[in-house]
Amino acid sequence: MTTTTPPRTDQNNATADADGRPTVSANAVPEGVNLRALAERRVIPLRHPVRWVITALVLVVLLNFGQTLFTNPAWEWAKVGKWFFSPAILAGLQLTLLATGISAVVSFLGGIVVALGRLSGNPILSGASWLYIWVFRSVPLILVLIFLYNLGSLYPTIGIGIPFGPQFEVQTFTLLSDLTLGVIGLSLSEIAYSAEVVRSGLLAVDQGQHEAAKSLGIPRRRQFTRIVLPQALRSIVPAYVNQIVGLLKASSLLFYVSLLDLFGVVQNLGSTYPTDIIPLLVVATIWYLILTSAISIIQYYVERFYARGTTRTALPLTPFQRVRAAANSLRGDSL
Amino acid sequence: MTTSAPAQTSTAVDTAAATAAAGDPTTAVEIHNATKSFGDRQVLKGVDLTVKKGTVTVILGPSGSGKSTLLRAINHLEKLDEGYVVVGDELVGVRVVGDRFKELHEKQILRQRSKIGFVFQNFNLFPHLTILENIVEAPISLGIKPKAARELARTLLERVGLADKQSAYPRQLSGGQQQRVAIARALAFDPELILFDEPTSALDPELVGEVLGVIRTLTGGGTTLIVVTHEIGFARECADWIVFLDEGRIVEQGRPEDVLDRPRERRTQDFLSKVL
Ligand SMILES: Nc1ncnc2c1ncn2[C@@H]1O[C@H](COP(=O)(O)OP(=O)(O)O)[C@@H](O)[C@H]1O
Ligand SMILES: [Mg+2]
Repeated sequence: MTTTTPPRTDQNNATADADGRPTVSANAVPEGVNLRALAERRVIPLRHPVRWVITALVLVVLLNFGQTLFTNPAWEWAKVGKWFFSPAILAGLQLTLLATGISAVVSFLGGIVVALGRLSGNPILSGASWLYIWVFRSVPLILVLIFLYNLGSLYPTIGIGIPFGPQFEVQTFTLLSDLTLGVIGLSLSEIAYSAEVVRSGLLAVDQGQHEAAKSLGIPRRRQFTRIVLPQALRSIVPAYVNQIVGLLKASSLLFYVSLLDLFGVVQNLGSTYPTDIIPLLVVATIWYLILTSAISIIQYYVERFYARGTTRTALPLTPFQRVRAAANSLRGDSL
Repeated sequence: MTTSAPAQTSTAVDTAAATAAAGDPTTAVEIHNATKSFGDRQVLKGVDLTVKKGTVTVILGPSGSGKSTLLRAINHLEKLDEGYVVVGDELVGVRVVGDRFKELHEKQILRQRSKIGFVFQNFNLFPHLTILENIVEAPISLGIKPKAARELARTLLERVGLADKQSAYPRQLSGGQQQRVAIARALAFDPELILFDEPTSALDPELVGEVLGVIRTLTGGGTTLIVVTHEIGFARECADWIVFLDEGRIVEQGRPEDVLDRPRERRTQDFLSKVL
C-alpha cells in the first residue's frame, strides 16, 4: 500500500493496523456477485506476457548467432576438425587432465587435513591452518606458480631436519620436475579453498550425530569416517566440484611456467599458424566444454550417492535409468 | 558390569572416596556431589543420587533444571566440574590419581559408554545409514564380526517390532518407529544401564504410546533404567523411584505414590499441578 493513499476511514472495507494507520483491503469481496456460482468454474492462471516477449528476443538472438556459425567463413570449421584430434592438442589435453586430476585429489585430501586442523582444539594446529588458508587465498595462483618455478634460486636445496641440528637435503631441481612443481602450485592454492569447503560441510552436520556416535562408544576415527564425513560430503560435493571446474581452468596458468597444457598448446600453435587462431580457440573451447560436462555428469552420480536416506521417498530415476525404463516399456508393449 | 579386561582395573573403584558404592552390589549408579557450570551459570549444584540395580528411576523437573545435564554426566557426555559417577563397579570418565580425579583417555571413555545405553529426545539415528546399518555400526566398530552383528541387530529389531524395516532409511520411518530403532541400537551391547532423555517429547501424541510400550518391556528384567520424561502416567505406572530436580538440585525424591500423590515440597506441588 502506498503512503500517498489518503486515509479513507469512511469506507467500510478500511480497517486500522496495529499502529493505527488505516489499511485498505486491496481485494475486497465485490458486492452483488454470486461467488458460489463462480466457485464451480476453473480458476484462470496468471499469464506472464513479459516472459514471452523475453523468450522471443532470446530466441531471435540465439538463432542469429547460430546462423553465423554456419555462414561466417571465419569460423573455419574444417580446420577445427583438423586440429581437434591433432597430437599436439591431445598432448596438451593430457597434461591438463593430469595436472587437474592430481591436484583435485591432493587438494581434497589436503583440504580435509587443513579443515580438521582449523576445527581442532589445539591452538597451534588451528592457528597454523588459519595462517595457511589466509596466505594461499590471498596470493594469486600465478604468483605461487612463478615463485615455485624460481624455487631453485630461492632454495637451491630443500630438505628437512632438526632446526640447527642435522639436515637431510636434496637438490631442488633434481627432485622436482616441472609438472610436479605445477601440480604442487595448483594444489597449494586449491587446498586453501577446499579446506573452507570441507570445514563448512563438517560444521553443517548436526551436533546430535556426534553425540550419538560418542554415546555408542564408536572409536573416534570411525566416528569421522563413517558418521560425520559421509553426511558432510552431501554439502561438500557440490561446492567442491565447483572448485574443480575452477581448477580445470586455472590449470591454463601452467602455460606461464612453460608447461604446455591445452591452453598452452593452443597459444603456441596460434603463434606458429596465425591464420588458424580462431579455429584453435574453438578447439580449446569445445574441449573445455566437454571436460566440464564430464565433471558435471560425475557430480550428478556422486551427489546421488550421498543423498541416500535424505528423502522420505526413493530418489528419482537417473536420465539413463529413465531411458532404459522407457525402452523396456516399449518392448513390453510390442510383445 | 563385568570385571573382565585388566586394563580397567585402574578405573575400578579402589579409594576411600567411593568404597561405599563398590561395597554395595545392589547399587547400579552412584552420583556424588555432581557439580557443573556452563560459563558462570551453575547448572548442577552438588547432586547426590543412588540408583538401585534393576529399578526404574524417573527424573522430573521443569525445563532448564539440569535433567539432561545430569543424565549426560552419567555416561560422561558432559564432564563434571566436581563430583563423580560410579556405574556398576567403575568410575565413569575419570580415575583416581593421588588425591584428585583425573579424566580418562577418550578410548577408555568410549569403551565405558558402549556399555551404557543412551536414548536421545531427537533419536539421532544416522540418516545416511539403513536401519540395520545404524544398529550394527557400533558393534562392528568395536570388533564384533559383521555376520554376528547383523544377526544381533535383527533380533533387536524384532524386539522393538520393526523386523520388516531393516533396509529402510531413518527418514522413511515415523518418529515413533525411529525412536524404537534408537532403543534397539542402544541395546546392542546388552547394557545393564539405559538412560532416556525425554524419549517421547519429539513425538506426535498418538506415537508416544508405542515408544513407552517398548520401554516398558525393558523393565523388570534386571536392567536399570533412568528416564527423564514428562509422562506422569508412565512414571506412576513403571517407576520404582521418582526424583524431582529443580535449579540443579534434587528437591524431593521417593516412591511414585509419595512424590506424585503427596508431594511435600512446594516446588514439586507447583510443577505437578502444571503437568498433570
Ligand atoms: N552446552 C551448554 N552450554 C551452555 N549452556 C547449557 C549447555 N547445555 C545446557 N545448558 C544450560 O543448562 C541449563 C540446564 O540444561 P538442561 O540440563 O538441558 O536442562 P533440562 O534438560 O532440565 O531442560 C539450561 O539453562 C541450559 O540452557
Ligand atoms: Mg533436557
